[in-house]
Amino acid sequence: MRFRLTEDQWALRAGMRHLLERRFDREALWGAVEAGGSGRAGGGPRLDRGLWRALGEAGFFALRLPEADGGVGLGLPEAALVFEEAGRALLPGPLLATHLAAGAVPGAATGETVVAAVDGTLVEWLAEADVVRGDATGAVPLRSLDPLTPLHRVPARQPGPRGPVAALLTAAEQLGTAARVCELAAQHARAREQFGRPIGAFQAVAHLCAGMLVRTETARAAVYAAAVTADPVDIAAARLLADEAAVRGARDCLQVHGGMGFTWESEVHLQLKRAWVRTHRTGGVTESEEILAAALAAGGA
Amino acid sequence: MDLTYTPEEEEFRARLRAWLARVLPGLPPRPSPDDWPGRRAYDLGWQRRLHDAGYADVHWDASPTIRLIFLEETERAGAPYVGANFVGLLHAGPTIAAEGTPEQRERWLPPILRGEQVWCQGFSEPEAGSDLAALRTRARRDGDAYVVTGSKIWTSHAEVADWCELLVRTDPRAPKHRGITWLALPMDAPGVTVRPLRTLAGSAEFAEVFLDEVRVPVANRVGDENDGWRVTLVTLSFERGTAFAGEVVACRRVLGELAVEARKNGRWDDPALRRRLGRLHAEFRALWRLTQWNVSAAEASGGVPGTGGSVFKLRYSHARQELYDAAADVLGADCLDLDRPWTLDRLSSLSYTIAAGTSQIQHTIVAERILGLPKGR
Repeated sequence: MRFRLTEDQWALRAGMRHLLERRFDREALWGAVEAGGSGRAGGGPRLDRGLWRALGEAGFFALRLPEADGGVGLGLPEAALVFEEAGRALLPGPLLATHLAAGAVPGAATGETVVAAVDGTLVEWLAEADVVRGDATGAVPLRSLDPLTPLHRVPARQPGPRGPVAALLTAAEQLGTAARVCELAAQHARAREQFGRPIGAFQAVAHLCAGMLVRTETARAAVYAAAVTADPVDIAAARLLADEAAVRGARDCLQVHGGMGFTWESEVHLQLKRAWVRTHRTGGVTESEEILAAALAAGGA
Repeated sequence: MDLTYTPEEEEFRARLRAWLARVLPGLPPRPSPDDWPGRRAYDLGWQRRLHDAGYADVHWDASPTIRLIFLEETERAGAPYVGANFVGLLHAGPTIAAEGTPEQRERWLPPILRGEQVWCQGFSEPEAGSDLAALRTRARRDGDAYVVTGSKIWTSHAEVADWCELLVRTDPRAPKHRGITWLALPMDAPGVTVRPLRTLAGSAEFAEVFLDEVRVPVANRVGDENDGWRVTLVTLSFERGTAFAGEVVACRRVLGELAVEARKNGRWDDPALRRRLGRLHAEFRALWRLTQWNVSAAEASGGVPGTGGSVFKLRYSHARQELYDAAADVLGADCLDLDRPWTLDRLSSLSYTIAAGTSQIQHTIVAERILGLPKGR
């Protein structure tokens, strides 16, 4: 048992982080937010097609496709690592729907085609998509809480991009947010001075940050293990803990930032809003809890 | 990332599993938790069986993964826990193995492994609990002995222990983390008085130990004089490392039993309770994965448990309390019956966020050592 990242996995994760730092830095993030116009009717963020193709070239969408089919031929653990990086960077776009469409929708694997999917009663990025999976008839735009995730509502509830893989990769994105907000909170707690000392020297603040790290690292073990086993019960567990680590982490990060955390200029609210959007995807809290309870009743703990 | 075990590890697991299946049915019934002499004899007897079968030193010499498999399999099979051997096997033993002289290792390690000695831990004091380095028990050198005076508290197994790993202050003028020395104290030495303390669970689990001019030979000192704090950190890293791995397996078993009980008494139909058990299922699965993660990290770093232990202990100690709170909700009014096993477990779980460094101290360790936040008060 070597439950650690391999050299290749470290390299893959570092490569993805580097690509995102280069192609989607904080300036690009804020540019996208401002272009979106904070949910003005008729507006909404545009998808950066150049970036999408760069992701395609880097193998983001074709990661799990067999090499014989033009894919990278890697597995779920590697997909979890790149989705964690995407979550960390707040990368916008229908990443999950396009990744899941690779091999089934022409052009999805390379990033030429942008694919959206109906998930329950919502569709992320419908207006920017070239292909929509599921029935989006009668879809109506809503004023999305997340300035970087345009949302449409469809009249009837439909099964989303079902299957544990969607839940796992969502959990991986949540893990990215959890780790990022923990880092932001710790940075701020080291730098910001009040009463003549860094606020991180106050236990009330230090313990908030420590709690964020504990939730993040527990979720990390659960997400990585679920990526290795691909077991639906492991995935449900990973989903629950990653959702919690992301949402509570972002809230605590906002608290550590004080008044600054409540401003539009702070990254914290973007992380929190995205984490909230992800919690409403397929395989949310109630569903995951019921999967785990059923497994318990069936005699497995 | 790999969760499969090597053929050698699987072979160890299969051998251990077969041995457990053979010996466990013949074990005598466990003595009651309040019967200390009975528990001492029972726990030492189990250690002796492990020794004779070649599993005695699994906590020291084996790789972290082998240790994990040992804890997983023994717990899964319902084998006895280390019990009264806890301090000897998981604290004093590894410390003496790492820091002792060849003579000291020869003197103490074989009896611990053979199940002939019970050790207790003389670290905490009335005025030095979480602030361990504030300890005041003092020792002055007199010829070839230290003369020790002071008192210790929360000393588990003190009533039935042969030896005590004792921290004393040998240089009162030094800064508080220096001037501390690690001694092996024979519990039958003149001047040692043990007074049992009753816990909120009703049992006398630990004791106060009073030391009045107790002579401890200098030969019983492990590590250098005034270097006891560093020696202690070696001990504590073992305590916060994989010590709880077996308990996670036990909690997962209890959770399964809770589901059975809830289905029997109809509470399973309450969606709120059912989902709460589902969430606990996620929690303990994740804690097992975190254990495997920490063990793999320890293996990569040469077997030394790292700060991951603090992350684990924080999460686990709270999860354990939530587990038994959920058990109480499954039991309903029966949770007030001390004869239901989960009732006592619920009471004893209250100590988990306090013992071996309170959750508040663990949060501070995580904040300062992992997140690099400034030291505070």
